[in-house]
Amino acid sequence: MGHMTLDLFLQHLTNGISLGSLYALIAIGYTMVYGILRLINFAHGDIFMMAVYFSFFGVATFGMPWYAAFIVAIILTALLGMVVERAAYKPLRESPKVNILVSAIGASFLLQNLAVVIFGGRPKAFPTVKLLQEVMTIGSVTLQRLTLVIPVVTLTLLAGLLFLINNTKSGMAMRAVSKDHETAGLMGVDVNRTITLTFGIGSALAAVGAIMWGMKFPQINPTMGVIPGLKCFIAAVIGGIGNITGAVIGGFILGVGEIMLVAMLPSLTGYRDAFAFILLIVILLFKPTGIMGEKISEKV
Amino acid sequence: MKRRNIILTSISILLLLVFIFVADSSFDAYKVRILNLCAIYTVLGLSMNLINGFTGLFSLGHAGFMAVGAYTTALLTMSAATKQQNFFLAPILPPLDRLNAPFLVALLVGGLLSAFVALLIGAPVLRLKGDYLAIATLGFSEIIRIVFTNTQRITNGALGLKAIPSTTNLWWSYGAAAFTVVIMALLISSSYGKAFKAIREDEIAAESMGINLFKHKVLSFVIGAFFAGVGGGLLGSLMGTIDPQMFKFAFTFNILLIIVLGGMGSITGTVIAAFIISSAGELLRFLDQSINLGFVVIPGISGLRMVVFSALLMVVVLFFRNGLMGTNEFSWDKVIGLLQRRPLIKRRLGQ
Repeated sequence: MGHMTLDLFLQHLTNGISLGSLYALIAIGYTMVYGILRLINFAHGDIFMMAVYFSFFGVATFGMPWYAAFIVAIILTALLGMVVERAAYKPLRESPKVNILVSAIGASFLLQNLAVVIFGGRPKAFPTVKLLQEVMTIGSVTLQRLTLVIPVVTLTLLAGLLFLINNTKSGMAMRAVSKDHETAGLMGVDVNRTITLTFGIGSALAAVGAIMWGMKFPQINPTMGVIPGLKCFIAAVIGGIGNITGAVIGGFILGVGEIMLVAMLPSLTGYRDAFAFILLIVILLFKPTGIMGEKISEKV
Repeated sequence: MKRRNIILTSISILLLLVFIFVADSSFDAYKVRILNLCAIYTVLGLSMNLINGFTGLFSLGHAGFMAVGAYTTALLTMSAATKQQNFFLAPILPPLDRLNAPFLVALLVGGLLSAFVALLIGAPVLRLKGDYLAIATLGFSEIIRIVFTNTQRITNGALGLKAIPSTTNLWWSYGAAAFTVVIMALLISSSYGKAFKAIREDEIAAESMGINLFKHKVLSFVIGAFFAGVGGGLLGSLMGTIDPQMFKFAFTFNILLIIVLGGMGSITGTVIAAFIISSAGELLRFLDQSINLGFVVIPGISGLRMVVFSALLMVVVLFFRNGLMGTNEFSWDKVIGLLQRRPLIKRRLGQ
């Protein structure tokens, strides 16, 4: 166990919060889809990966300024998410759950392998954005400007999303559909449109996370979405699946926990990725509904 | 009627034995390798189908069980000298360096150890349902892989094991496949198998009929893991090298593809699909390599093969939801019934 000064602790904490914010943005997509369809969208991690490549090609191949490339990437990713929903999930909406889950896994592998074929399997370097990646010093903590930008972006988007869900008509439709598809449909809610919208928003948020992820960890490859995807699903479960604030809290717990584990017990560095899975299993066994989740009882 | 079926079955077994004998002595190494893979994937497919197809537990932890079997078998069959060559970063943990066993014993120990791991995992995890179970088993499989990457002195970490004695041949692999088919068929038609299927159809109804849900789920999970371990051991010996990267989720995906294509809950379907998928896996390799048509060379696109595979899974699950066989099984009566119907139609058409 290493001895840790306050400065070092603060350094790790900021890094943890920053990583946690990225997890949170991706976790929101999982939790929204689960809330509305009761489905693990296995392809979500790969949609995240596609967003990284969209912005990479925007800047590197089409020579767009970074902000324009990022906006285009977010729009394209939202569209991709909606296409995946229409193609892989909608036709199976009335089938047994296992089939939809298999379809989700299939969609995930299809996106990954398409990315290998189209973008190439070799890792690429994500473009740098000077404005955001400048290193600065606050007190005795040294960090990239990005490290502070990430949590601010995440919390702003969270506030916007909560407003959308609680105060707009579309948000009300989402809440209605997540309670009961059939009844919502009878009340005049366009169920299909609402589900597609949910996928669009979830994917757009994943895209924002993906772009910031690319700037933070600039080496990109077609399988880069797998581990973040799984971890963020775990974050969503920890927070209570279906609950958006819960997903964000789960993301923070996972991000800070992971960084602190490695910082305090460096001998466990190799087990860093196992931490999330162990946490998942502990949560599933002792509080399967997560921190913010509601208890669901089974009806016969 | 019954006698005819026995005769037909005996003839088929005899033909299969003759085929293996001919293949073993005269086929080239590449074809033998594909045939071996077909049989091993049959074992792996059946083991996963027992858990996912027959008992309806959506488990995604198969790669982990295969890893346990593969590593155990490899470590038990490698000679002390080979082990020393492998473990050059850190010496192998003491009792393991001299531990040695015949291949059959090594396979069985691999299977048993895998089953034991399944028991440890299953006891807490099988209380979960549906996609929670899927994600928890996937998590355990990843944990096994991460542990194997880090236990340098037991598994040689990320370097993996090389020069594993290649004992697997057609007799071993087809023997194991036949053994698995027979055990599965007996198990499925036993009272345990009926309980498994009842759980798959409706857990609450099954429980109210007096079926001990937990006991049967664990049993199915553990037996499935045993055969996954044996399959993993055979595969490691066939490949000659194993490393933790091999046992990623993509491996589980391949087996899942087999059981979905064959039909969740059909032994026959799994066998057919295992042969289709493992031969297609090899035959479609041309997609990844460049093709020379004489006048023009089409450059190969690496990864296209996997695109075809994932697209295939999507097509099956979207358009042929029951796979090739659904929950049906092969029987001579059906085949003969089918053969007898044909001429009848012809006769009618001929009029």
